Amino acid sequence: MDDQRISETLAAIDAAADVDAVEAIRIAALGKQGWISLALKSLGAMASEERTKAAPAIQAAREKIANALAEKKAALDDAALEASLASETLDLTLPASEVPKGSVHPVSQVMDELAEIFADMGFAVATGPEIEDDWHNFTALNMPESHPARAMHDTFYFPQQEGVDHRMLLRTHTSPVQVRTMVSQGAPLRIIAPGRVYRSDSDATHTPMFHQVEGLVIDRGIHLGHLKWTLETFLKAFFEREDIVLRLRPSYFPFTEPSVEADVGFALENGRRVLGGSGDEPGHGWMELLGSGMVNRRVIEMSGLDPDEWQGFAFGVGVDRLAMLKYGMDDLRAFFDGDVRWLRHYGFSPFDQPTLSAGVGARA
Amino acid sequence: MKFSLDWLKVFLDTDASAGEISAALNKIGIEVEGLEDPAEGLTGFRVAEVLTAAPHPNADKLQVLTVSTGEGEPLQVVCGAPNARAGMKGVFGMSGAIVPANGMELRKTAIRGVESNGMMCSTRELQLGDDHEGIIELPADAPVGASFADYRGTSPVFDVAITPNRPDCMGVEGIARDLAAAGLGRFKPYRVEPVAGSFPCPVEIRTDDPEGCPAFYGRVIRGVSNGASPEWMQQRLLSAGQRPISALVDITNYLMLAFGRPAHAYDLAQLKGAVVARRAKDGEQVLALNEKTYTLDSSMTVIADDSGVHDIAGIMGGEHSGVSDATTDVLLEIAYFDPERIGATGRKLGLASDARTRFERGVDPAFLDEGLDLLTALILKICGGEASELVRAGSPPSTPTVIEYDPGLAERLGGIAISEEEQLRTLEALEFRVSPDWRVTAPLRRHDIEGPADIVEEVVRIHGLDRVDRVPLPRTDGVARPTATPEQATERKLRRAAAARGLNEAITWSFISEKEAEAVDGAAWVLENPISEELKVMRPSLLPGLLSAVRRNLDRGASSVRLFEIGRRYLADGEHPTLVCVLAGEREARSWQGGKAKPFDAFDAKALTLYLLETAGAPVDRLQVMGEAGRVYHPGQSATLRLGPKNQLASFGMIHPGTLKAFDIDGPVAALGIHLDAIPPKKGTPSFARAPYAPPALQPVVRDFAFLVDVALPAGDLQRAVRGADKAEIAEARIFDDFRGTGVPEGKKSLAIEVTLQPGEKSYTDSDLKIISERIVAAAAKLGAELRG
Repeated sequence: MDDQRISETLAAIDAAADVDAVEAIRIAALGKQGWISLALKSLGAMASEERTKAAPAIQAAREKIANALAEKKAALDDAALEASLASETLDLTLPASEVPKGSVHPVSQVMDELAEIFADMGFAVATGPEIEDDWHNFTALNMPESHPARAMHDTFYFPQQEGVDHRMLLRTHTSPVQVRTMVSQGAPLRIIAPGRVYRSDSDATHTPMFHQVEGLVIDRGIHLGHLKWTLETFLKAFFEREDIVLRLRPSYFPFTEPSVEADVGFALENGRRVLGGSGDEPGHGWMELLGSGMVNRRVIEMSGLDPDEWQGFAFGVGVDRLAMLKYGMDDLRAFFDGDVRWLRHYGFSPFDQPTLSAGVGARA
Repeated sequence: MKFSLDWLKVFLDTDASAGEISAALNKIGIEVEGLEDPAEGLTGFRVAEVLTAAPHPNADKLQVLTVSTGEGEPLQVVCGAPNARAGMKGVFGMSGAIVPANGMELRKTAIRGVESNGMMCSTRELQLGDDHEGIIELPADAPVGASFADYRGTSPVFDVAITPNRPDCMGVEGIARDLAAAGLGRFKPYRVEPVAGSFPCPVEIRTDDPEGCPAFYGRVIRGVSNGASPEWMQQRLLSAGQRPISALVDITNYLMLAFGRPAHAYDLAQLKGAVVARRAKDGEQVLALNEKTYTLDSSMTVIADDSGVHDIAGIMGGEHSGVSDATTDVLLEIAYFDPERIGATGRKLGLASDARTRFERGVDPAFLDEGLDLLTALILKICGGEASELVRAGSPPSTPTVIEYDPGLAERLGGIAISEEEQLRTLEALEFRVSPDWRVTAPLRRHDIEGPADIVEEVVRIHGLDRVDRVPLPRTDGVARPTATPEQATERKLRRAAAARGLNEAITWSFISEKEAEAVDGAAWVLENPISEELKVMRPSLLPGLLSAVRRNLDRGASSVRLFEIGRRYLADGEHPTLVCVLAGEREARSWQGGKAKPFDAFDAKALTLYLLETAGAPVDRLQVMGEAGRVYHPGQSATLRLGPKNQLASFGMIHPGTLKAFDIDGPVAALGIHLDAIPPKKGTPSFARAPYAPPALQPVVRDFAFLVDVALPAGDLQRAVRGADKAEIAEARIFDDFRGTGVPEGKKSLAIEVTLQPGEKSYTDSDLKIISERIVAAAAKLGAELRG
C-alpha cells in the first residue's frame, strides 16, 4: 500500500473546506474507480498467499480514510448548522403574546368558601326565588302585616296583582329559604342559603342589592350552645384565625326566640379593621357581624313541622361584608360596577378553588 | 335613645361606673351605640371671677377685664359680652382649652392691640344651650378656680338602641329595671300619690272607637302659667337630645323619655265641646305640629272635638290646639291606642314620631292612672294651677299573658343550666309573677312575651349569654359528604372555566332601566317603588347590565373587555339561571408579530360558547346551529345552538349595531348567552367509571375533498352530510377552506373538507378507500355539492 498516498489523502480530507471537497476525495478514494476500491479489486487477481499478505493493509487504509471522511463530514455539518443557527437568533427580550387573565368575583369566591366550610359541618346549599311573596318573606317568618319590623325592611314591592292574595316583592333577606326548605325537605336539616337580597336603601355602605347567606339547623335537641359553637367554628375557619372572639348580645328578630346578635372583636391596624382578639382589649373594638337565634316556634309550625319535636337555630350574615373584611375592599358599590381594573385586582384566579386541604382562603 | 347617668340614677341605686353600666347594657340586650362624657369637652374651663371691667381703648363694644382663676396673678381678658362686669362669676376658658362649639384652641393673643389671655364663655360656646347674648353668669357662691365640669356636675350620656320588642325600655325607668335585674343596683321606681281633683272635669271625654282607642283618660288643670321648665328637667331633656320648649311641652316629653309614656296636653281654650276618640272621616284634614297638613281616612283613629280633629291619635298632635306661652287651662290626655292601628296609620301617612314608635310597639296598659298622676303632679309643681277630677273613658287591656313554663327549658333551648332559684329571682326582678308550679304571668307592659321561649330568653340574657358553653354539632361518621347539587356543581365549574379562558366575572344589578329592558324585549317585573329610574325593572336578560359595564369600561379607556356573569333572568314564568359573556375591544393588541390589533368576531363567541357548553356537560356533538338569536344580535352574524328546534341552549354572535347605539357603545361587541336550565341533566346516576376504551392500533388516514356548492348552503350542512356518510369509518370531518372567486363559478363557493378515517382491525385497501370516497361524494351530492376535479 502506498503509505504516502494514504497520508496525502488524509491531509486533503483534513484540509477540505466544504462537503463537496470531501465528497470529491471520497469518490477519488472510495468511489467505484477510486484507488482504494481498485486496490481492493486487485486482491481478487492475487494468489491466496499474496492476498493474505496485502489485504490487511488495504482494508486498514480503507477504514482509516472512511473514518476520516465521516469525521470531517460531521464536523463540516456541525459548522454549517451552527452558522445557520447563528443567523436565526431571536431577540427574546421582545414581548410574547399576552394571555388574558380571567378572574372570579370576590362574592362568588366567598360563597364557594362558605359552601366548602359548611359542607364539612354537614350543611348543604339551598336556594330560593328572589322574587318572593310576602307570605314567605314576612308572614311565615312571624312578621304579620301589622308588624313594625316589616316597615323597617325597606322592601321593594311589585304592583298588587288582581285575584292574587300574596303581594310579590323582592326578598329582603335569605330567610324565606328557611321556610321553603323546611316545607320541601322536612327535618332534620342543615343548610346554608346564599344569594342576592334587596333593600330600598342606598348610601356609602348600603346598596339596593347585596348578598346574604342564611344558615339553618333543625334537629332534635339543638340549643344556643350549638349556635355559639357553629358561629365560632365558621368564623375561625373562614378567617383562618384561631383568635376570633365573638360577643353574643341578646337581640330581637321576629323569626327567632331567643335572638342573638354576634359582634366580633377587631384591632385597628393602619386604619383598617383586622378581625381577631377581644374587642375589649386596648386598641380593639367590637363590630356587629351577624344576626341569629333559635328558630321561633311559629316559624317551625308555619313551615309544617312540629315545634315540640324539632327545634334549631338560624343565622344570617352579609356575604359582601365577609368578603370586604377578609380581602380588604372598602367600597361596596364597586362590587357591582363591573370595572375590569377592580375585578382584576380584587378577583381570584380560577385555580384558587377553595378546598379544606389547601385552605379555603386565597392569600394575596 | 339617649339619657344621662344622672338621670338613670334617679331610678337605679348603683355605684357602678358608666363603663360597667355600658357593658351590662350590651350584655342584657340593650345595645350601647355611644357613651359620651361631656366633662371631656370641658377640660380647661374653670369657674372664674371678674375683678375689674374697663372700656377697651380701641373698640366701643369691647371691655378689658381682669379675671381671677383661683391661682396665680389675675389674667387680662378682652371680652365683647354686654353682661360682663366687675364682681360677676362666670366660666373662663384657659389658654390651651378647646372650645366645644367650634374646636378652636384658646391662646394668648392681642385683640385690637390689647393682650388677652383666654375667654369668658357663653352657653352656646360650651354647647350647653343656645344662648349667645352674653357670657354665662354663675351664682355668687360658685367656687373660683373649680373645674367647671365638676361644678356643674356633668354626667356621661348613653346612646342606646332599643329593639322593637322592648317598648318598655323606651324610657329610662324601664332600662333601670332591666339593669337592676342584672345585678347592677337597686331599682327605684318613681311614683306619686294620686292627685285628688278639686272640681269636676269640665270637658266631656269619650271614646267612640273602642277598637282603636280602648282607653282615654284625662283631666283639666286650670290656672297654669307656662314658662320655662326647671333646670334639672332641661338638663335631662338635653341629655336625651330633646330641645326644651316650654314647661308644659317639656313635662309631657319628660314623661315619654323617663317612663316611655307619650301623653298630650291641649290648650283648653282652643277646644269646643266634647273631646272624643273616633275614626276620622274620609278626607278629613288636620294641620299637625310639624306644620304639615295630613288628609285622613276612616281607618284612622283621631282625637276630635266639635270643631274638628286635634290629634292624629298616638302619632302627632294638632298645631291648632297645642299649648303656648299664653295657655292657662290645659286638658291632659293619656290614652291607650291599638298598636296595629297606630302602625297602619303611621305607614299610610308616612309620619314618624317618638309617640308612634312607642304606641305601635305597645305602651304599658297598666300605666294610665300612674302616668296621669305623674303628669299632674309635675304640672302643679312647675306651672301651678288646680286639677280637676280624673275622667276615665273605656279601659285598657288588662288580661296578662300566662305561660306554663318548665325551668328545664332554659337548658334544652338556651343551652345552659340555670338554677330554679336564679330563674325565679330574675323573673321577679323583671316583675313577672311566678306560681309554685311555674305558671309565669308576664307584666302587661311586656307585649313581647308570648311563650316559653320568651321566658328562656329573659332568664338567659340576664344570666349572661357569655356563660353559654359552645357545643359541637353532632358529626356524622367519616369524612364530610358532598353537598352540592348537580346545578350548583355545574355553575361552579362554569365560573372557573370562563375565568380560565380569560374572562372577568362581574356582578351587575338585578334591576335595570325600562329603556335598557326594551332593548332586549322588555321586562315582566316592574317595581312599584324603585329606588331610581335606572334600577326599575327586573332584568329579562343579563346583557343590558353587562353592556352598560362594557360602556363604562371603554369610557375609562379599557382597550379590551371580557366580562361574564352568572345570574338569574327574571321572566314572567320565573327566574332562570343564565351565563352571559361579552367580548369588546381588542381580542389581540397590536404587536410586533401580528401588526394591527384584532377585534373579536362571532367565531370567538362561538368557540367560547361550545367550550362552556361542553364544560357544563351539554351534548355539543348533537347541537344544531340555527337562527333566531333575537333582535339584540346582528341578524347575519348570530346564531342559536339547539337540541331540537324547540330547546334553545345558547345564542351567540355579534351584537346588533342598533343595540350598541342604545347602550352608547362604539365598536363591535361579541356576546353569548347560555340558558343553564335548558341543558339536559345527565340521565340516571353517572358512575365514576368511564366507557371502556383502548386507543386504536392502526394510524388514521386523512383524505381531503373539495366541493363546489351553492353559496347559500351552510358549511355545517355539508360537514354533517360528510361526517354521516360512513359512520363506521369516518372519525372526523373538518372544513378547512371556504373559497369564492377565481376558478369558482358565480353563485358557488368551494368548500374544502378534511376527512379522518379510522381503520379498525386491518388497514384500508385501495378499494376500501374508493368505496368510502364514493359514499362521501354521494352524500355531498344530495346537497347539490359537486366534487372539484
